[in-house]
Amino acid sequence: MSDRVRVNPIACEAHGMCAELLPERITLDPWGYPIVDGERLAGAQVEHAMRAARACPTFALLLDRDGNGPRARRPPQPARRSQ
Amino acid sequence: MSSATSAPAESRAADRSAQARLPRLFAGIAAEGALTLAEHVAIHGPAPQLGGRGRRAKDRAGLLIDEVQRAGLLGRGGAAFPLATKMRAVATSRRRGIVLVNATEGEPASLKDRTLLEALPHLALDGGVLAAEAVGADEVIVCVCETAQEAAAGAEHAIAERARSGAARSPKLHLATVPSHYVAGQESALVNFLGGGPALPTFTPPLPFEQGLRRRPTLVNNAETLAHLALIARHGAAWFREIGTPAQAGSALVTLSGPVRHPGVYEIEHGSSLASLVHAAGGTTTHLRGALLGGYAGSWIGAQHLDSLVLSSEHLAPLGASLGAGVVLLLSDQACPVAETARVARWLSGQSARQCGPCEHGLDALAGTLEDIARGAAPTREVDRLAALVARRGACGHPDGAVNLILSALDAFAADFAEHARLGPCDSCSTRAELPLPHRPVNRNGSGRPGARA
Repeated sequence: MSDRVRVNPIACEAHGMCAELLPERITLDPWGYPIVDGERLAGAQVEHAMRAARACPTFALLLDRDGNGPRARRPPQPARRSQ
Repeated sequence: MSSATSAPAESRAADRSAQARLPRLFAGIAAEGALTLAEHVAIHGPAPQLGGRGRRAKDRAGLLIDEVQRAGLLGRGGAAFPLATKMRAVATSRRRGIVLVNATEGEPASLKDRTLLEALPHLALDGGVLAAEAVGADEVIVCVCETAQEAAAGAEHAIAERARSGAARSPKLHLATVPSHYVAGQESALVNFLGGGPALPTFTPPLPFEQGLRRRPTLVNNAETLAHLALIARHGAAWFREIGTPAQAGSALVTLSGPVRHPGVYEIEHGSSLASLVHAAGGTTTHLRGALLGGYAGSWIGAQHLDSLVLSSEHLAPLGASLGAGVVLLLSDQACPVAETARVARWLSGQSARQCGPCEHGLDALAGTLEDIARGAAPTREVDRLAALVARRGACGHPDGAVNLILSALDAFAADFAEHARLGPCDSCSTRAELPLPHRPVNRNGSGRPGARA
């Protein structure tokens, strides 16, 4: 089982919610964009990661799950860029 | 590969001994103008026919992919991705594929793909058509940079020539002209643009060969890669591997520029020496400070390595370098490597699509730091800190390529950087800049009409 978070860097607009809600795995760079350490989520972190993914205003935080744990509600896909 | 080659065995053997050496792609190339279809066929023979329906056609297509795998043909756009892997992914997809011949060549120091379309368009078209037949695609789009007018004209003329000659209607051949900025030729940007969006990279996966243009599996390959495919389909994997090295078989097109008598595009054997390439170009016109291999996402090599430099991945990897898309840019000893690197870094920052924060802000900060170092106002260790913040954090490879170039410069010219950081500008800093940096604003609008010239 490997649950990990990753960031869609195009969708991300540096709101920084993810670093607030999942500080165990995410820090912010000098410009406010998340640095994800790529480590596997352990225990309660899965729940925190789901919350962080849902809280992201641009749906840029993605939770990859391939285990048998509780399914994350898949965040809606970001709207296609029109320009 | 007997099943895909129409010529009898004896003439194939004769072919093989005649074509064992170079030129391969450049056979019969004229000083001016493009080879016609008839001239192309006279030199290379007709392309094997893979098209058609039914099991036998499918077997022939599978055999060509096997042959490409045995040949070990790697992508020549810079990433060196195995062509057979991509072809198999598109061939086994349930949806019908599309083939893109990528000759956009956003790399300012590379001219090989436009040269192919200007001078030998039918070789790249053969490759595109054969790839399409092998993966079951019904459409081939030749993508050329909007500034490469002669290449576009060469491709357009060659496509029309094929239509007149009564070539098969499938796959359909089109030409698309693409904006000139650096990342426009990146595969996902190309797919984005042809689908009506801006020529900017998208978030992957899915990769284009999984789901690309019009949601169909899309085989995006560099024009040179497909030109090699056209010859492998005729002569086979064993022939392809007769030259080159175990890891990099065959020949390569290399754009050589800098202080040599005859800069230009040369066909070399992988594993040949830099000295032989420079010799073929008439020798250098001055002493060298170093060489940039692989273009502006590539690596600097210091002058002390140049005499013994061998152009193969086996030899270059330990030096942290690769040929990339076949770029060899020599720097004269009148140039300042620190000032040149700062200028290239600023240019690369300007070529960011500004979609990903770490690339937009990080490349700008890196360029600023290099400018500070060049005038003696920053320590070199600041570059390492910023580089670590930028690498692998973009949707495409642009920030990684820029970081690679900058770190390799600090490594190859360590003494120069340390001296500038301590003492400020050197005498060479203000001399004429050597590296070409064309003005190419990033085109963000999606209003291009990629099919307009089909």
